[in-house]
Amino acid sequence: MSDEKLVGIVLVSHSAAVATAVAELAKGLAGGGAAVPVAAAGGTEGGGLGTSAELVAAAAASVDRGAGVALLTDLGSAVLTVKALLAEGDELPGSARLVDAPFVEGAVAAVVTAATGADLDAVTAAASEAYAYRKV
Amino acid sequence: MLDADFFRRWMTATAASVHREADRLTALDSPIGDADHGSNLQRGFTAVTAALEKEETDTPGAVLVLAGRQLISTVGGASGPLYGTLLRRTGKALGDAAEVSEAEFAEALRAGVDAVMQLGGAAPGDKTMIDALVPAVAALGDGFGAAGTAAERGAEATTPLQARKGRASYLGERSIGHQDPGATSSALLIAALGEAGGK
Repeated sequence: MSDEKLVGIVLVSHSAAVATAVAELAKGLAGGGAAVPVAAAGGTEGGGLGTSAELVAAAAASVDRGAGVALLTDLGSAVLTVKALLAEGDELPGSARLVDAPFVEGAVAAVVTAATGADLDAVTAAASEAYAYRKV
Repeated sequence: MLDADFFRRWMTATAASVHREADRLTALDSPIGDADHGSNLQRGFTAVTAALEKEETDTPGAVLVLAGRQLISTVGGASGPLYGTLLRRTGKALGDAAEVSEAEFAEALRAGVDAVMQLGGAAPGDKTMIDALVPAVAALGDGFGAAGTAAERGAEATTPLQARKGRASYLGERSIGHQDPGATSSALLIAALGEAGGK
């Protein structure tokens, strides 16, 4: 089985543990999720809390299969770092996109949708729609 | 006219100032932030001066674009992309000119500040670095000294404000009564222009 055409997902959190765990959760909840390229970019390079532009760029490159890369972030510097990298022009794959979505629910929706072979627009829409899921 | 050497001196002077004031910046960031502003900026500007020593930069624009890229890569907090965008956009606006006038620099810095407002979504009065940078740009026509004073006053004027952006905004009214760390470091950046001009 080839995953060459699947959209790649990058999860950017202030915490390496959070990014890794959400990646595992999303892949675990997605039927066929194991085939989706998902990379965690959590914390600083030194292992502290924060955002590393280098880790984000490396994660995005590692999941780029040519079908686009969706980046989901938690807050603050994670959002701003991805936006700044996108504005930079050459640090992220050309198809990379910041997805406006809740981090955990959006990650699950993105991986489930990507596993079906959906394109980047569909993955983005599914992740953003996770905002509409009210709990109370 | 301002040449690449002037802009290298500006970055070196900022790095020295951030180093000197790192403890104060972190102390300001303790009650309303996560107590890392001084150390984050110190790491960033140390990388900036190291990169400027290592890589050739012939134009004002190239100096600022290189500095901005270092800040985005190395700071690790929100100030990295914000200051990185400020310097990169200012540098891009200066283009390839070998020398720029103070008026051209003021215009470019205005473009940089606009890019920061767009990136972070902050407006004047939100208790952010914008509250020091906007008055500084407005005063730049009267010289670096006037811009430094305007930035310092802008930073001091953030004390009674309630934060509306960033982590401090979660504190609501409890953010009132503290000077904003980002506005304070922005005032250091602008003050360093005067040092770079005076050699």
